[in-house]
Amino acid sequence: MSLLQAQQLKVSYGGINAVKSVDFHISKGELVALIGANGAGKTSTLKALCGMIKAKGNIFYGGADITNQPSCKLVNLGIVLVPEGRGIFSRLSIEENLHMGAYSRHKRREIRADFIKMYDLFPRLAKRRKQLAGTLSGGEQQMLAIARALMSRPRLLLLDEPSMGLAPLMVNKIFTTIKAVSAEGVTILLVEQNAKLALEISHRGYVMESGTIMLSDSAQNLLNSTQVKQAYLGE
Amino acid sequence: MLSLFAHWQTLKQNPRNAWIAWIALGLLLVALPFLSDWTLGRSWVRILAFVLLYVMLALGLNIVVGFAGLLDLGYVAFFAVGAYLYALLASPHFGIHLPFWVLLPLGALVACVFGVLLGAPTLRLRGDYLAIVTLGFGEIIRIFLNNLNAPINLTNGPQGVNLIDPVSFGDFSLSKSHDLFGINFAPVHNYYYLFLVIALIIIFVGFRLQHSRLGRAWAAIREDEVAAAATGINTRNMKLLAFAMGASFGGVSGGLFAGFQGFVSPESFTLIESVMVLCMVVLGGMGHIPGVIVGAILLVALPEALRYLGPLQQSLFNKVLVDPADLRMLLFGLVLVVMMIFRPSGIWPSPTRQRELTPEDGIANQEKESVYDANR
Repeated sequence: MSLLQAQQLKVSYGGINAVKSVDFHISKGELVALIGANGAGKTSTLKALCGMIKAKGNIFYGGADITNQPSCKLVNLGIVLVPEGRGIFSRLSIEENLHMGAYSRHKRREIRADFIKMYDLFPRLAKRRKQLAGTLSGGEQQMLAIARALMSRPRLLLLDEPSMGLAPLMVNKIFTTIKAVSAEGVTILLVEQNAKLALEISHRGYVMESGTIMLSDSAQNLLNSTQVKQAYLGE
Repeated sequence: MLSLFAHWQTLKQNPRNAWIAWIALGLLLVALPFLSDWTLGRSWVRILAFVLLYVMLALGLNIVVGFAGLLDLGYVAFFAVGAYLYALLASPHFGIHLPFWVLLPLGALVACVFGVLLGAPTLRLRGDYLAIVTLGFGEIIRIFLNNLNAPINLTNGPQGVNLIDPVSFGDFSLSKSHDLFGINFAPVHNYYYLFLVIALIIIFVGFRLQHSRLGRAWAAIREDEVAAAATGINTRNMKLLAFAMGASFGGVSGGLFAGFQGFVSPESFTLIESVMVLCMVVLGGMGHIPGVIVGAILLVALPEALRYLGPLQQSLFNKVLVDPADLRMLLFGLVLVVMMIFRPSGIWPSPTRQRELTPEDGIANQEKESVYDANR
């Protein structure tokens, strides 16, 4: 059974239809990539999923209709977004940032255990935990953003362009981390422009183009498809 | 002054000295009205009382501006609401005379409601746009107070409300002199001590708020609203709560002001008051409670101290060369400009803000290091 199911999801800004009726689903434990060019509607889809913008159509999560629920409620249900451009709290310390991630949780002992887990997963954050988040490098900020999201113990993690503005080496590191998080059983929807990298770590993929889903297949098939190759992989 | 703050930091690390410093500070605060009686004169006790009122106001605005990052240019409206509530419910104007202990919480509550009234329509606004709306709100309240004398006389219009009941606890009226422990307490002394107690309560509440779950949520909203929502913060409610909390502090100090003055009129609640309170917050160190207190003390005391420029000119040149009233505001403006140039993040910014400005934590260094790390 799928954890998340979107049916005829539409998002429009004024008269402009950013997302024109898309259907997709994500099963429990899957790592699904949503790829496409600029302005394809990827971020809008993601924002609709986590309740940041109003959408039409239906979103089912674990069987319940969660369409247009406010994001603070969805976080409690386990749907957590790592926003585009990282969105860390730059004038708070790393530790405080992680604390904010656990905002929706109350069991102190579990939270403390998760702190240790995060510092294990991201040793570079452990070294700098008292430092202001704004002084971290771009890659470290992205790691912090992911760690902060994990602090809320998500069931469905929504990643918006984690590779944005990062050096290739750092991008590789981030993607390795995403794969590791997925291996721990967290369901992930990964929105990316870097189609090749995203598909390489994903189980399945959707290709979006001007507001609609053009292709949907296993990640391996998409990597080999001539359409995807021509449009996104530059081969 | 800088060395004093540095000294403060070292004090913190030595608990015994810290205790001595706290006790000394406490004794100073208690003795202050009598000290100023002997040295500067009775008028300064009144100024001290006003310093405390503005400390309360600045701490209230600090919640909205400093903690939650919502720029509010109409904060004096809540001060006005508190003051008029007290004035109307404890004066011959309506013939109602409610006791002080009812009026103070009521003032906080009603100001809270007005805070939500301002907050609700402005939830989507940020920065400059929010500032403009709040500015309008402040003016609306003042203009209402000015004009609500017809058709029904609610506020007595520009004449204001007179003969407001003084603050009293049972038969103990603060507006009368009392002889206690062989010391004569004048009314202004009584009010000073009342304001001191309430200011201390407000300071305590402020500190508790800052380090609570609530305070962290506000800080997150201030830093990045989208990310704050993504961590599960109900940004709408938290922003409303910031407005409401800030407003309630304003309402309390408004009530105290009305009881202290015995008279309120719309003139006391002009835009310049909002701007002054905002100056106290920004100049002192946004979001840092000790800094905001220093800001309030300075901005109330400084214009008063500059009044001595007239007599000073008289003694130096045997005549007054520049009108002291002009010179006073000129110098005051100059001090503001100079302070902002040399201490851009406030007189006493929060340690976090200071860390941000120290070069060794700079982004450039981190960037370099991180590339090396990635190569390993």
